[in-house]
Amino acid sequence: MMQSRELTSSLRNLPKCTNRRNQHTVWSLSKPCATSKERVIVMSQQVVFKKNKWLPYILLAPQIVITIVFFFWPAITSLRLALYRTTPFGDRTFFVGSQNFQRLFASPQYQRSLITTLMFSASVTLLGVAISLCIALLLNQAVRGRTVYRTAILWPYGVALPISGILWMFMMHPTFGIVPYFFEGIIDFNFDWILNGNAAMLLVILTAIWTNLGYNVAFFLAGLQAIPKSLQEAALVDGATSLKAIRYITLPLLSPTTFFLLVMNVVYSLFDTFGLIDAVTKGGPGNATEILIYKAYKDGIISLNLGSSAAQSVILMVLATLLTVFQFGFIERKVSY
Amino acid sequence: MSQKTAKQTNVLGGLQLNKVNWEKLYIHLLLITIVLIIGFPLIYAFAISTQSLQEVVGRPTLRISNNLLGNYREAWVRSDLGRLLFNSIFVALPSTIGKITMAILSAFAIVFFNFRFKSLAFWTIFITLMLPVPVRIVSTYQVISDLGWLNSYVGLTVPLMASATGTFFFRQFYRTIPGELVEASQIDGAGPMRFLWSVLLPNSWANIAALFVVLFIFGWNQYLWPLMITHTKEMRVVVVGLRSLIPGGGEMLPEWNIVMAAAMIALVLPVIVILSLQKYFVELMIETEK
Repeated sequence: MMQSRELTSSLRNLPKCTNRRNQHTVWSLSKPCATSKERVIVMSQQVVFKKNKWLPYILLAPQIVITIVFFFWPAITSLRLALYRTTPFGDRTFFVGSQNFQRLFASPQYQRSLITTLMFSASVTLLGVAISLCIALLLNQAVRGRTVYRTAILWPYGVALPISGILWMFMMHPTFGIVPYFFEGIIDFNFDWILNGNAAMLLVILTAIWTNLGYNVAFFLAGLQAIPKSLQEAALVDGATSLKAIRYITLPLLSPTTFFLLVMNVVYSLFDTFGLIDAVTKGGPGNATEILIYKAYKDGIISLNLGSSAAQSVILMVLATLLTVFQFGFIERKVSY
Repeated sequence: MSQKTAKQTNVLGGLQLNKVNWEKLYIHLLLITIVLIIGFPLIYAFAISTQSLQEVVGRPTLRISNNLLGNYREAWVRSDLGRLLFNSIFVALPSTIGKITMAILSAFAIVFFNFRFKSLAFWTIFITLMLPVPVRIVSTYQVISDLGWLNSYVGLTVPLMASATGTFFFRQFYRTIPGELVEASQIDGAGPMRFLWSVLLPNSWANIAALFVVLFIFGWNQYLWPLMITHTKEMRVVVVGLRSLIPGGGEMLPEWNIVMAAAMIALVLPVIVILSLQKYFVELMIETEK
């Protein structure tokens, strides 16, 4: 899986500021440092061990070797594969240039998968972030029991997506599940995710949101706690209603966190959800839940259409790169905030 | 007008007891409802895991029945859960420990040394963030197969061990270590490894714990990677292995009670990890917010 959850924390821990000496060598994206507090930190880390010439290379070696063998090499291979086509019997490979990409974008299946992914990602991200924000705002109001509530909301983060998928697919099972039973006669919706594409889509969206909710809420809550209470109080004293205080004080101050979570949820919905799709719907029924990541896997591993799958991988890599760069923009902005 | 002022004081944790209590009560009721909705899939799954097959196929209820032991035993035996859990632990734990170790070493090298290829090393590690596993799955599979690591613990863990996340995390933390500490230990004649072992590590436990939660859950919840590179039942991890229990169509009995029992067993460990270490995890989030 994509390390989205894993990389979340890392991206937030990127240097918020760099000193001038390092600015070009280590972290060229960063802006020069502004605050004096940060400068003290930066000054202090100029102290280095000077005598040991080879030690840093030895320390870095394991990580670098693994990175090259399991990250760079496969990525380059994918790139190369994307430019070739293998004959149906796998006996010959020939260079086709950008043809794999052209075919891909011309194919109705890929276009359909793009739209499916867009719907899925947009729903998971927007609904997930919006619901989490509401819960966090509410939770922030409750002074007593906040930690208990947070715990009671955070735990699904520990559940693996395919396992949440199993819980939800039974809950929404057309014959035995409690959800279709409960809504029978109340709303007219065919809950049969085995046959109905919309129901299957609803199932995977709800499961994906549910699993990531606690994580989002915890981040929002941390963001809310970082906002000085005095600001909200000042607004209230000035006669603003609490809703207005949220709208004009809390939300703007929370926007870095919101933006961060939006990007993280897009990454999550694009890459992490493979296991969910594979365990619950296998892309079906009738490709209704075949998101890009699943299609790349299916075309490559099951149909052995290596050229096309590699081209899809390359497109996903570009997408991942764009999102990472985007995330950087956020960190930069946060500095100047 | 009076209502408006009352509302203001409410939010301020105010003084007008009557109204304050109503609003607080309302918030708590809402929160309890939310907690119950979020917990519902688990509550329902647990209820089902205690019911008999007749109860499961009948009218859906949340009744806790008396088939708990039988169902869990059946789930354990049928999907060889002992083996699956063992595998999951032996994938999640080594990959987490490996990641944290490598991250600490790399971050240490990057922060406390000046060397020629520093920025190259840094970018090499950083760029892995952009190459998620599913995206390069076919060619990574090829590498593992060339190495002869298919269907092995080495193949399951080693490729996961590079961690840009951890490296950045510790880098950021080490940058806050006062330079005086380094100087002091240099005056004391301590070499860099000694400094790492006796000064940095003892100060890193809270950070290690926070990172441990994230990485352990990441390792435990791996799905695509183990699915691809293991092909015998003995090497399956629990998240992948459970899939085979789900009743398909046709002649299979809809034994969802057994499936739910297995799911409960499979999810309990990572949830315990997150609940017991959440303090560090949340502190980390709050820390990065500042």
